[in-house]
Amino acid sequence: MSTFLGMPQGRVPGPAADTAVGQLTGDRPFPAAARDALGNTQLRRNLAHATSTIRAKRAAVVGEVPDWEALREAGSAIKADTMARLPELLEQLEANVTARGGTVHWARDAAEANRIVLDLVRATGENEVVKVKSMATQEIGLNEALEGAGITAHETDLAELIVQLGHDKPSHILVPAIHRGRSEIREIFAREMPGVDPGLTDEPAVLAAAARTHLREVFLRAKVAVSGANFGVAETGTLTVVESEGNGRMCLTLPETLITVMGIEKVVPTWRDLEVFLQLLPRSSTGERMNPYTSSWAGVTPGDGPQEFHLVLLDNGRTRALADDLGRTALHCIRCSACLNVCPVYERTGGHAYGSVYPGPIGAVLTPFLTGITGGSDPNDSLPYASSLCGACYDVCPVKINIPDLLVELRAEHTEAHAARHRLPTSEAAAMKAAAWVMADPKRFARVGRAATRGRHGIRQGKPVLPLPPPLSGWTASRDVPSPPAETFRDWWARTRGDRP
Amino acid sequence: MSARDEMLARIRRARGDASEGPPVPGSYRVAGEHAPGSDAVVAQLVDRLEDYRATVVRAGGDDVAIGAAVAAALAGRGIHEVVHAPGVPDAWVRGVHVARSDDGTASARDLDAVPAVVTGSVAAVSETGTIALDGGPLCGRRALSLVPDTHVCVVRVQDVVQTVPEGLGRLDPTRPTTLISGPSATSDIELSRVEGVHGPRTLVVVLAG
Ligand code: SF4
Repeated sequence: MSTFLGMPQGRVPGPAADTAVGQLTGDRPFPAAARDALGNTQLRRNLAHATSTIRAKRAAVVGEVPDWEALREAGSAIKADTMARLPELLEQLEANVTARGGTVHWARDAAEANRIVLDLVRATGENEVVKVKSMATQEIGLNEALEGAGITAHETDLAELIVQLGHDKPSHILVPAIHRGRSEIREIFAREMPGVDPGLTDEPAVLAAAARTHLREVFLRAKVAVSGANFGVAETGTLTVVESEGNGRMCLTLPETLITVMGIEKVVPTWRDLEVFLQLLPRSSTGERMNPYTSSWAGVTPGDGPQEFHLVLLDNGRTRALADDLGRTALHCIRCSACLNVCPVYERTGGHAYGSVYPGPIGAVLTPFLTGITGGSDPNDSLPYASSLCGACYDVCPVKINIPDLLVELRAEHTEAHAARHRLPTSEAAAMKAAAWVMADPKRFARVGRAATRGRHGIRQGKPVLPLPPPLSGWTASRDVPSPPAETFRDWWARTRGDRP
Repeated sequence: MSARDEMLARIRRARGDASEGPPVPGSYRVAGEHAPGSDAVVAQLVDRLEDYRATVVRAGGDDVAIGAAVAAALAGRGIHEVVHAPGVPDAWVRGVHVARSDDGTASARDLDAVPAVVTGSVAAVSETGTIALDGGPLCGRRALSLVPDTHVCVVRVQDVVQTVPEGLGRLDPTRPTTLISGPSATSDIELSRVEGVHGPRTLVVVLAG
């Protein structure tokens, strides 16, 4: 059984998400994947351009809200209250959705959620579905599960379409094709979109128009839609989807059957709570005062929209995170992506390096909380180290998730898991332990300092001239070693000010 | 054990004793400093909508004046045929050559063949440039205001409030609701906003009163 450092007595975490199903883990640790990304100059140029655009827009629209800090406080408190009352709120949500003609399903993990959705689609007799961009369905690998059963899933969000047509993976939670520039997108459309105008230019408006034409026919014929949800209101059974393009409205409105997959943490107690989140979310995510379209519905409305509605509530590791005081706050995330856009690490590596559908600062904490830290060779073990702990993510987070604190806790947890598994400390832990021993005694500290000055010829440009033996090699693999000075501070002080007290 | 019971049991075990979170501070603004329908909120709404590249037309508050504004806006775009929400007064669409009231039978494909739709609205928020449609007779079913490429939406000045909390407070959460802030748009290409994707590419707001 897993335990966390921040887990109070008496709490039992739920099971970790199975990394074999869905997309919560990559095939390589972060440093290896990041190294490749850093070598791709086109990628770095695209990312730098996009993240700097969005940072400026966000700062401008956040700056004009006089009560921004009060809204953040309220958002954070509503989420904390939600986590404390989660079982009651989910039961209330279920009761209200059911009372209004919907059906609620519960999925313990990704495989179960996929099975539920697949059975529901099969029951309609259809062999295609339209999809609104949803992190939850990416997390569980729903498209692959549907495709495996011969059902085509059409992604309808422009960025998701770019990813799907480019045989690519999403790299950002809000703008999954952020790693692509306009000319690359033009190339993908020209190559992959059936019947596209060969005279297509790389003007964003022209590219958007091509996507409109391409998908319109799909929307008009679709009988089944799959969506995620940004919020589920317990008090009324209202589900809400926030979007820009209108593909969400198409999917939520035109088909006969709607299946919504929602993580259990997306419930909010009351409709009034949305007055906080609908101010925080758009300004933090796309840097707009409000996103173009927000749709809300409760169950089924005769004569308006899908006449069959299913809500699938997903655990998949969330009850694992919930047991930990800090892990629980990672569940407060409203997926605005502001923390990605300000992160110096994300800006340089992009989202693919993180392996999980949740990249960037929030991904570096949420993913390991969902899947667990093994202390072995799991790539997710490296995620808590994918940060310089600069704190920019915490400053912009609209629900005040203290991501740097979470990263530090996960690093400590990783150190312990590694020690337990290997009976050997990590190189970092060994180095810290040695440093503690040296620093505990002033004489010892002085002696070691002097010894280090003699070692300075062994270091050139931050790397040891000769390979160091483990565990020192583990320390220097991802860090430069500063060249020790010719003289220690203590010796310099004694030499120059030795006569003064 | 059913998945439902097991998940609820997992949550209860993971949650521990706490069954109430911290109190939610109510220190954010609920009402704005300007009254609903005041000149200040109306001016702000116009500014925000135009920022989103919606077209705003001012009209008098009576149905005939609204009808004249609707007809002029459509004629200016070469549109002579509309479908409209069932609760829209006849006078609003009298100046349009072909105007059909939605009786709920038109399929999405039928609606796709109509160039424009005329609806009312139930509330608007000036700070964010947001208009609310609630699926009632004046706004029509959701497909109606979605599929045609031009949406002419009548907003009455007395329905314009300043803040998001004021706006949401006027809505019934059990109705199928659409909040609209400008025409369909995307930020997916290099994170720059482009208007015109799947929803109506042209949004004309007739601000009445
Ligand atoms: S952690 Fe905060 S800033 Fe990052 S995506 Fe979630 S809500 Fe946004």
